[in-house]
Amino acid sequence: MKAFEYAAPSTKEQAVALLGDRWEEAAILAGGTDLLSCMKDNLMAPSRVVDIKGLRDLGGIEYNPQSGLRLGALVTFEQLREHPQVLSRYPGIVQAVEGVTSAQIRNRGSVGGDLNQRPRCWYYRNGFGLLAKDEQGRSLVVDGENRYHAILGNEGPAYFVNPSSLAPVLIALGARVRLFGPKGGRELPLEKFFTIPKTDSEHENVLQPNEILTEVLIPAGSWQTATYEVRQKEALDWPLAAASVALKLGGAQVQEARVVLGHVAPIPWRVPEAEKILTRKTITEEIAMEAGKAAVGQARPLSQNGYKVQLARVAVKRALLRAVQGGA
Amino acid sequence: MRDQKNKPTSDKRKRGISRRKFLKGVGLGSGVLSSGILGGPLLPEASAVAQAAEVEVAGPTPAPIELTVNGQRKNLRLEPRVTLLEALRDWLDMTGAKKVCDRATCGACTVILDGQPVYSCSVLAIESQGKNIQTVESLAQGDSLHPLQAAFVENDAQQCGFCTPGFVVAAKAFLDKYPNPTREQARLGLGGNLCRCGTYAGIWKAVLEAATGRRDSQRGIGQGGGSNA
Repeated sequence: MKAFEYAAPSTKEQAVALLGDRWEEAAILAGGTDLLSCMKDNLMAPSRVVDIKGLRDLGGIEYNPQSGLRLGALVTFEQLREHPQVLSRYPGIVQAVEGVTSAQIRNRGSVGGDLNQRPRCWYYRNGFGLLAKDEQGRSLVVDGENRYHAILGNEGPAYFVNPSSLAPVLIALGARVRLFGPKGGRELPLEKFFTIPKTDSEHENVLQPNEILTEVLIPAGSWQTATYEVRQKEALDWPLAAASVALKLGGAQVQEARVVLGHVAPIPWRVPEAEKILTRKTITEEIAMEAGKAAVGQARPLSQNGYKVQLARVAVKRALLRAVQGGA
Repeated sequence: MRDQKNKPTSDKRKRGISRRKFLKGVGLGSGVLSSGILGGPLLPEASAVAQAAEVEVAGPTPAPIELTVNGQRKNLRLEPRVTLLEALRDWLDMTGAKKVCDRATCGACTVILDGQPVYSCSVLAIESQGKNIQTVESLAQGDSLHPLQAAFVENDAQQCGFCTPGFVVAAKAFLDKYPNPTREQARLGLGGNLCRCGTYAGIWKAVLEAATGRRDSQRGIGQGGGSNA
């Protein structure tokens, strides 16, 4: 790990002033569970690390039936998991949190860190770049070891999958994120936060080098939520495929549905095709299966990851059934 | 005046221009040159400079760091890049926590930070200041093992033993939080630790036995036992 300067500001204005205009200048440290690994592997070598854990207004979980749920970026996975109102009203969030099966990670890992963690693509993690190309500029993924790569949104040159645990369920709940930079704050839907990079200089989200993700806002509304992850092993790992759903029910009938896939595309993948099928229906196993099928209708697997199509389809079905059974 | 500060000459730096003043220049740069795609009110440059100047910056050379390890204060001079695990092992000669994956995955480096188990490989020493750091070295009292350690021995909960200190510390933190676990809860609760020898069955048994022992001893003392639920 390259030597760096360390600063622990106490206000977000100070923090932003300490960040640089280029990614190499400074990195934001929250829980550090991903950042320090990236720095040890030389994927990032910032000259300065800005520890934001002292920024008080970046913490806290607040629930209000009128305004909804506000999560500070520094809220840890364990805090989410233990919050009474998150537990009772947002089981889909808790299920996503519990997919992280390590207490050590849940104690340090934060909401902001989860949304900003770098992809797990093994080409990227081994220094071949986010777009994983050889010297001639050809993708290493397409003809390479792509069993964990994208099956949707994979027209190239990006083939990695978004690694966030929380993004699918937060997008299903219509979450917005607040970013703070040198010119003040901006707010945007979380769905628009993530982007598919087209060039080497682009990142996988819209955050600028001198900006901080400060909070996540979930609008008020009565949604039934669920998350279902398919993982290779029970111990700490990222899912092979995941689905989060949010349903607004009128009696047994679905008024509005949101279905978002995780770990199958370079961004959390919302599937209006599946949502359309669910509208004005009562969720039965048959309807849930139909929605799952629609969710992967556009999937174009690579040479080794066809199996993920089936996993994603089943994840949607099981998340839907879990949501209407109300079970956490 | 501002221009001068913005471009500290190498002479000035050699004479020891303070980190704080150097930062003023950097802070101004990031305030002025940023890409300008944001909406919202402009933070006045002078204010950005002042903001950055208020913050002390440590490193990259060694900086004084005070850690509280098992109740004892330790004063060190460390580069900010030194992890808590490296500080414990390489500077404080506390080699109980092990460096295995060094990537927040295996759990061999687990320590308890303010009551919570964490991977010490992925926490910087400098950010652990002011926190109560508890390591596996704190558990045994002289030659007398902590009941959890004794239960690991009794239940053959190790083979090569390299993961054991991390498991014991993670199990201690787990039982402090969930004193009455089921086997399934113990299994999930220790999901952040790996044993490549595969001694999980013994580990879960040891954890459950330690939990039972704790309940029994509480009853023995007449503290009203079974109050763990």
